[in-house]
Amino acid sequence: MSLAELICPAGTPAALRTAVDAGADAVYCGFQDATNARNFPGLNFTPDELAASVAYAHAKGAKVLLALNTYPPAGKVDLWRQAADTGARLGVDAFIVADMGVADYIARTHPAVRLHLSVQAAASSPEAIRYYCENFGVRRVVLPRILTIPEIRQIRAEIPCEIETFIFGNHGLMVEGRCSLTNYLTGQSTNMDGVCSPASDVDYARHADGSMSSQLAGFTIDCFGPDEKAGYPTICKGRYTAPHRPEGYYAFEEPVSLNLSRLLPELIDAGVHAFKIEGRQRSKSYVRGVVRAFRKAVDDIRAGREANMADLVALTEGQKQTQGAFETKKWR
Amino acid sequence: MTTDTSTPPAPPRVPPRAPRAPRPGPGALSRLACLAVQPILSRTVRRIAARHPSLFARLGPHQTTDFLIDPVELPFALHLRPDPEALIFRAVPRDAAPRAGAVIRGRFMLLLELVDSEEDGDAAFFSRDLEVSGDTEAVVRLRNALDDVDGSIAEETAAMFGRPGRAILARLRRAYLNDSE
Repeated sequence: MSLAELICPAGTPAALRTAVDAGADAVYCGFQDATNARNFPGLNFTPDELAASVAYAHAKGAKVLLALNTYPPAGKVDLWRQAADTGARLGVDAFIVADMGVADYIARTHPAVRLHLSVQAAASSPEAIRYYCENFGVRRVVLPRILTIPEIRQIRAEIPCEIETFIFGNHGLMVEGRCSLTNYLTGQSTNMDGVCSPASDVDYARHADGSMSSQLAGFTIDCFGPDEKAGYPTICKGRYTAPHRPEGYYAFEEPVSLNLSRLLPELIDAGVHAFKIEGRQRSKSYVRGVVRAFRKAVDDIRAGREANMADLVALTEGQKQTQGAFETKKWR
Repeated sequence: MTTDTSTPPAPPRVPPRAPRAPRPGPGALSRLACLAVQPILSRTVRRIAARHPSLFARLGPHQTTDFLIDPVELPFALHLRPDPEALIFRAVPRDAAPRAGAVIRGRFMLLLELVDSEEDGDAAFFSRDLEVSGDTEAVVRLRNALDDVDGSIAEETAAMFGRPGRAILARLRRAYLNDSE
């Protein structure tokens, strides 16, 4: 049986402590800049905060993984190199990277620190994963959310590194790390600036009938009825009209969250080494509730008991959940 | 794929200051309530600022933004300007509320539980129990700043008023939980 480590999100030092106390085996986090894909206002860590957080986590037996999972624009790689140097100096347990240049720098400069390949690299074939392992010493790959469990099992048999899969949270657009929708409307890049739907470009408007529309950079991307659940203001989850769908429809994705709580035993059996919970932008309340629930579930499975998961649907986007491609390729 | 970036035409906007469920809020009653709670608010905000100075850094440029926090069932709204040099936290009648950079609207206990991270703001937004308008970045910064505070601001505030304060908070929480079930 794999170790089934629980990898948990933290957007602030308080959230990191909450995750550790709730039973995280490792917590992932980022600096307050474009080096990570949750570069949101008021979120993330200063170097001093990260130092204190690493000490807190290590004292309680948990690891800290530093997300450097964006792509440096040409000629601006220094910010990523400095972030890696700072992370190594502060004793993080692994870097989560997407860009080959960043991976190469860390492999050469900080070879003692583990490299994990971010989902943002969108490496979904044994050949692609082996390339990162052979050239940069990647020790773990975070798989894109497009694979079935039989496919994961097959990949596991053909690669020399550990596998981490998302089990809960935002269900993002395929192909991850290649999305340019936000860039198209706002001029800021999800992949290089770390901002998907920057809050400064988001506007919500309530209407006389109780409905609410969400806009990004002046473009209306959805309008929720008075009693309808809402989703994030991201273009990929927007509802649009088209000549063949004048009533409006979800052209790319629906506002729905991933929840693989029922598939944990199968994922473990397929050789998944670590389970990732999405949500560095979420509150301590979310971190506490989700981490506790999955901690108990994983411990139950390890002990040979049936996992009896708490209901997490209230924390899901649009209050809807899916097992996505993990269950079937026909999910969408 | 043939898509455009428009949704079906939306109904006309409502000005952001209009509450979803306006309280009767007769002027005199609202002003009296504001006067009654103001000493508590002033004391509370000074204490929070003194005990949690780090939260101001996460606010960044929005330390000088005017937030209107609108507990829909109370007879007044709350005006917050989290400027460490000139803190403002005051109760205001809705008909005299300042023009706010950002408005946050919901039931009082939901807002209190969000401040304490006992509830998740995104989940409250998804369920439409929480409504925001105006400068979304300001709201996100305020949320993240408060979320990095350890401990309970509500309980700290209640403790300032001794046993009666703690009893009132416990009673409010029980009522909120019962309503939520």
